[in-house]
Amino acid sequence: MTKEAIIKEFETIAGAENVMTGETDRHAYSYDAAVLDSVMPALVVRPRTSEVLGAVTKLCNDNGLPLTVRGAGTNLSGGTIPHPGGVVVLTNGLNRILEINEADMYAVVEPGVVTAQFAAEVAKRGLFYPPDPGSQAVSTLGGNVAENAGGLRGLKYGVTKDYVMGMDFWDVNGELVKTGSRTVKCVTGYNLAGLMVASEGTLGVFDKIILKLVPPAQAAKSMMAVFPSMKAASETVASIIANKIVPATLEMMDNFTIRTVENFRGAGLPVDAAALLLIEVDGHPGQVADEAAVVERICKENGATELHVAKDAAERDAVWQARRDALPALANLKPTCVLEDATVPRSKIPAMIEALEEIAKKLDLTIGTFGHAGDGNLHPTILTDKRNKEEWERVEKGIDMIFDKALSMGGTLSGEHGIGLAKSKYLAQETSKATLAYARRMKSVLDPKGILNPDKIVGAE
Amino acid sequence: MADIHKLAQMLKELDDQLVGCMRCGMCQAVCPIFKLSGKETDVTRGKLALLDGLASEMLTDPEGVNEKLNRCLLCGTCQANCPSGVSVMDIFLKARAIMTGYFGLSPAKKAIFRGLLKNPKLFNALTEMGAKFQGIFTKKVDDMLGSSCARFNAPIIADRHFNTLASKPFRKIVPEMDTPAGSSGLRVAFYVGCVIDKIYPQVGEAILKVLKHHGVGVYMPSGQACCGIPVLSSGDTSTFDTLVGMNVDILKEGEFDYLVTGCASCTSTIKELWPHMYKGDSSRTYDIGVLARKTMDISQFLVDVLKVEPKELAGGRSVTYHDPCHLKNSLGITAQPRTLIKAAGCDFKEMTDAGTCCGCGGSFNIAHYELSREIGSRKADNIIASKAKVAATSCPACMLQITDMLSQKGADMSVRHVIELYADSL
Ligand SMILES: Cc1cc2nc3c(=O)[nH]c(=O)nc-3n(C[C@H](O)[C@H](O)[C@H](O)COP(=O)(O)OP(=O)(O)OC[C@H]3O[C@@H](n4cnc5c(N)ncnc54)[C@H](O)[C@@H]3O)c2cc1C
Ligand code: SF4
Ligand code: SF4
Ligand code: SF4
Repeated sequence: MTKEAIIKEFETIAGAENVMTGETDRHAYSYDAAVLDSVMPALVVRPRTSEVLGAVTKLCNDNGLPLTVRGAGTNLSGGTIPHPGGVVVLTNGLNRILEINEADMYAVVEPGVVTAQFAAEVAKRGLFYPPDPGSQAVSTLGGNVAENAGGLRGLKYGVTKDYVMGMDFWDVNGELVKTGSRTVKCVTGYNLAGLMVASEGTLGVFDKIILKLVPPAQAAKSMMAVFPSMKAASETVASIIANKIVPATLEMMDNFTIRTVENFRGAGLPVDAAALLLIEVDGHPGQVADEAAVVERICKENGATELHVAKDAAERDAVWQARRDALPALANLKPTCVLEDATVPRSKIPAMIEALEEIAKKLDLTIGTFGHAGDGNLHPTILTDKRNKEEWERVEKGIDMIFDKALSMGGTLSGEHGIGLAKSKYLAQETSKATLAYARRMKSVLDPKGILNPDKIVGAE
Repeated sequence: MADIHKLAQMLKELDDQLVGCMRCGMCQAVCPIFKLSGKETDVTRGKLALLDGLASEMLTDPEGVNEKLNRCLLCGTCQANCPSGVSVMDIFLKARAIMTGYFGLSPAKKAIFRGLLKNPKLFNALTEMGAKFQGIFTKKVDDMLGSSCARFNAPIIADRHFNTLASKPFRKIVPEMDTPAGSSGLRVAFYVGCVIDKIYPQVGEAILKVLKHHGVGVYMPSGQACCGIPVLSSGDTSTFDTLVGMNVDILKEGEFDYLVTGCASCTSTIKELWPHMYKGDSSRTYDIGVLARKTMDISQFLVDVLKVEPKELAGGRSVTYHDPCHLKNSLGITAQPRTLIKAAGCDFKEMTDAGTCCGCGGSFNIAHYELSREIGSRKADNIIASKAKVAATSCPACMLQITDMLSQKGADMSVRHVIELYADSL
């Protein structure tokens, strides 16, 4: 088919108003939140119904057009940077919450529903959807599932995969595949829903998603503990867990980040502190009181110089504001901010922090580190200016070194941000050649023409 | 028209500011236009990427970029919420100026901005004629005013429910004023602004009544010109410079402690854009800085300086409040107008999303009425849902938009400036 004929087809299927071919529109879908070069798609289409989503997928396959699904485009690994000449399929027109079932505690959503809006709807009905990526105000549930997004509550409540009960997705032929169910238990067939989690748009196009809901905690207590060294802080983390307490959140900030956040908001953070831990325990009121007391004791035993327990909602909010400010504050310092998410086993946090400091010193880079100490998911954030070629080369070297270190400690390339284009080259290093070959074989059968988000995760062949 | 390479060179100026955007996409959560369309070109990130694409000569369609750039309320919500601290408004205004330099100002805008706004006497005379004859010559007046001043969204589309021009503009009621400080020991300059002058003179009268009540002396010279936001948002920086110059020259003649306005747009323009965007005669720079520092929204002046306090026993008319973008996003003023409503003895009812834009956005309302109306319609729904009897705000431009929206829904409510409520209570 000619280009014009294909465009006509898309317009017939999706409606002319939902097909964008102008230069400016295409340029606006050539990037995402990753620091990578942009690539213009040939066409952008915005389906408004499931059927159209399926038909669009089939049309791409029939014509061998590379297809990249895009939710909010907030991923940090280049997952939505299109393939040259490819088609971007936007899901934000598929944003209906189809069902929230209070009796059976699940919900059915379209893929383009915004995470925070969903969580708020669920909360209105007295239920709780815990995954809360930092981007939840805009990220979509489809994007969350495709990246297996996590958040501050990952330690106790798990990440997106722990809430996916089932889904419908379109295969490349435009056939609807159904997997999982509305029941808590389900072993019908392969766990294809599990396969779709973290697949980053390379195996199928998600349609409806069934998500598990849980009852909210009745009470919560937040505190901020100040430490004279990162070592003391990370030992505290280990000790809290060893005492069989699993806080809802357990976050850490290094001195550089503390100072930056303080400059940013001036909320009175201790700028001399080497490290801060932000801790929240939740659950039954009695349990919360007990656990908070134990956490307090452990912090003190490990040399915490100060400990503030939030007395009310406002103080609690202030604690979390400090954490929410970490990224913005760092991002304000320099034009380019590379947010990594190398993750190590919890016990290796002190060693990882030390390694990061060494890398920063050796390559003369500015790295601020904060992150989910409770689950070992750190966010070393490199501050730079991409236009400075010489420094950028050092940044790239630094990223390599960070991953080398994390992997050597038994860690992983990505705790939550995904592999996408950014990290596909490291994949075999963490897994094995055979793993990569297996994954590529699987993909080649499910997607023989290789149209589904080419090059992402498994890289270019 | 200069060639596209030249345009790219001009846009390179913005490079240092553009790189600050880390493309996180968080602006999608707050942009009212994006909320409606879901299109990336309608949100800040997309617009910044387009400017970047043009600057780096990746794009070949400046018309397209310009069109997308203009689909924006300049409400500043994205900037107020941007984690990376990108100076979005500054970039947008500068980009519009560059684009206008490239494309030239449309003949209509040129005639109006340069012929009329630069000449307040003629502008006043024409609008006065318009007020007299608006019943008969509606079309003619509309065309003129519709695009003449950004805030002046007089009727250009038949189904708009507009406020007509006042039969007697404020400057005819009170041509000028120069009174000594009274019991407060303070003197303020009163900058009227076009919308209050031409459409809501009663707001100007309320401000004077309140100032008198509190023993505040007033310096209000005649010959005030438009604050310049409409021309600036159309990229006409030279007319902007002229208007600022005209205003500064008459205002600096007076002695006063503060400069107050009843218009959120004027306040933020004088406070932030005058010092920042004025590129005219540098001998005025100092005075502009002084004026900007002295400038305050009227409710801020009353609450922060005169210490007006809420009444203990409220119970009067139920009132809800809409935060104008130019007060909330640019200046962070949200508490004082609410305090003033309570000081007026009203029963304050907070509405949902009081801080989201009403959709007016100056000339945006004219160029993109449908979008503007959809945004405004949600605002009106929230106002109605608050069950208040009065919708109050601090910006006359918002009053126009809200009146239009409420009236289209047949809501049985009045729209008032907070200062009117307070003046009523004295
Ligand atoms: C400021 C900021 C903070 C962040 N904080 C976190 C955090 O705390 N935790 C975290 O895990 N991540 C975080 N992220 C990363 C990102 O927001 C998440 O990965 C999020 O899940 C992406 O959602 P999205 O809707 O933007 O998806 P997109 O970026 O649009 O897409 C992500 C991937 O999903 C695929 N995809 C999207 N929809 C579908 C579908 N319907 N079917 C098939 N494939 C699909 C895309 O092809 C792409 O590969 C953050 C990002 C930013 C910018
Ligand atoms: S929120 Fe700010 S940094 Fe993020 S994409 Fe929007 S403008 Fe850029
Ligand atoms: S100024 Fe307002 S309308 Fe314009 S991009 Fe920002 S939030 Fe959207
Ligand atoms: S409010 Fe400011 S911009 Fe608007 S019309 Fe008045 S003076 Fe001109």
